[in-house]
Amino acid sequence: MVLELQKPRPIWQIMFSTHHTDIGLLYLITSLAFFFMGGVLALAMRLELFYPGAQIITDSMTYNRMFTVHGTTLIFLFILPFASAAGNYFVPIMVRYKDMAYPKLNAIAFWMIPPAAALVWLGFADFTWYAQPPYSIISAPGPAADMWIFGLKILGISSVLGAINFIVTIMKCKHPDLPLSKLPLLAWSFLTSSLIILVAIPTFAAALLMLLTDRLGVSGFFNPAMGGDPIAYSHMFWFTFHPEVYVLVIPAIGFMYDIIPRFSRKPIFSHSSGVFAFVLIAIVSFASWAHHMYATGMSFTEKTVFMVGTLAAVPASAMHIFNFLATMWGGRIKFKTPMLWSVGAIALFFAAGAGGVVNSAMPLDFVTHDSYWVVGHFHLFVMGTIAFATFGFAYYIFPYVTGRMYNEKLGQIHFIISFIGAIMVFFTQHVLGLFGMPRRIYDYPPIPEWIIMNQIATFGAILLAIGAAVWLVNFVYSMGKGKPANMEDPFELGGKYYYPYQQKTPHHD
Amino acid sequence: MSEHGNWPEWVYIGVVVALLVWVGAEAWNIERLVEEVPEDAQVIKVTGQQWFWSFEHEDGTKEIGELHLVKGKAYKFEVTSKDVIHSFNIHDYVVLMDAVPGRINIVWFAPDEVGEFEIQCREYCGLIHYNMRAKLYVEEAI
Repeated sequence: MVLELQKPRPIWQIMFSTHHTDIGLLYLITSLAFFFMGGVLALAMRLELFYPGAQIITDSMTYNRMFTVHGTTLIFLFILPFASAAGNYFVPIMVRYKDMAYPKLNAIAFWMIPPAAALVWLGFADFTWYAQPPYSIISAPGPAADMWIFGLKILGISSVLGAINFIVTIMKCKHPDLPLSKLPLLAWSFLTSSLIILVAIPTFAAALLMLLTDRLGVSGFFNPAMGGDPIAYSHMFWFTFHPEVYVLVIPAIGFMYDIIPRFSRKPIFSHSSGVFAFVLIAIVSFASWAHHMYATGMSFTEKTVFMVGTLAAVPASAMHIFNFLATMWGGRIKFKTPMLWSVGAIALFFAAGAGGVVNSAMPLDFVTHDSYWVVGHFHLFVMGTIAFATFGFAYYIFPYVTGRMYNEKLGQIHFIISFIGAIMVFFTQHVLGLFGMPRRIYDYPPIPEWIIMNQIATFGAILLAIGAAVWLVNFVYSMGKGKPANMEDPFELGGKYYYPYQQKTPHHD
Repeated sequence: MSEHGNWPEWVYIGVVVALLVWVGAEAWNIERLVEEVPEDAQVIKVTGQQWFWSFEHEDGTKEIGELHLVKGKAYKFEVTSKDVIHSFNIHDYVVLMDAVPGRINIVWFAPDEVGEFEIQCREYCGLIHYNMRAKLYVEEAI
């Protein structure tokens, strides 16, 4: 692992490097920066909803643009780049190769992100991350909408290039003595999520082009006024983005597979069941996309098929939870910050999954669909599970990246505040949905139950923001002034545990 | 699957699968019953438009922003849209159906309580989506 901050190098050396740890570092910094940018938007929206009527945002268009960019940013510019960061750091080390298979492609995949991010942020489109036609064709103001389309197009290509690189690195550059079945689960998570990307993304790439030509008025694929079908877009979108949900969550589960055995000081309960669950979910994830569309007027048969496909994805996730708990069972657990985040992520993963079963049951979906329940549900996944595991992993690799230790107390405070905050925001949003509050609304009528629950959620969001501020201070301070880490065993777990990070991957020029 | 006995995992997976089968079967059965529209249901044409709802009764009466129905009767909504996708929602009666331009979607209900209920739009449709509301008045049968 490189210690950038102990042996400073000029910044351009890192920026123009093709070495996997340098690119990992670039991904890491980018993703964390966008986490804070997207988080500020979330906080502003929560403050706006604190009370009916305009609070801090003066018009609904600004609010609509904010939730669009919030969602796009946190999914494509925070979660995915963070996974790429971790993959760049660890996959070559875990397969015992000197670098990624295609270092230049790797750098290209990273450097597509800043221009795409600039398009998304400078455009500030308003049609939600879903860009549902015909709204996105006939109603959404340009050039913001077109900039978003190009931004997403670039991000999609970047994802595909990254996925190809991971797959080739793992399948072709793996050390001959290392059978695929012995590959660490973190590397397996990148293999499966990359395979999903390769199969899923092209459909959305096509849909984006069709959306663009529809907007230009030269085609009418999704425009009913020209004989098109907007529901076709929904199918294409969710064919990509339901599997994409697993692209987001699988690396996060991989992080937990790395953290939990190490901090439980016990080998993983069952390596093969983890592999099996990854592969199973990669296949089943393609059988459930239209459960997002029960209310578009699908027939009873279609709904039944997609409900069965959705329920079929649950056992694989349940296997991961079992594996985590069975690993912790009887272990000598050390609750350092990374472990706390992982345990929190398990709890919220379970809650999110249980809520998901409710959504997938057809009659119940008509209660929850497009309500705040759904907002709470997927935030339990993306924030409660994925981001929590991501934060844990950020603490976990901090000593390896910087050579210094973060402040353990502040790390634990960050976790406790955020865990309480997340429960206050996202559990309350579930209930709010049951009371009928639609999602994506700038203002709401003064119904007493809605007001009180929105206020609880806003307080939770403020807690999350405080936690994030504690985190930022902790990391920025510790990067320069923290205690030098004991690189043999930074978390004082003792014993001879497998630390792949000790291996040297020298820079190649 | 692994070196040590794995039976707890199999038991656990069995329980999870059994629960899912039960949820799926119940959902299938209830949805099947819920979707069956009664034959004597009156047709109400519902049209969503940026940003209001309009209704047309079987006898040709039109209403905008409010809908007057009679308690105890069944109503079949034929939901469509004039511009972008909206979603017709009476939350208190779990009536939810997307209003898609170029399509007519069907949903039905039978109000069993007199009073005022909120109709709202549940699919993002632009500037005033947050206030695309209408009122449902359920009245006593004469």
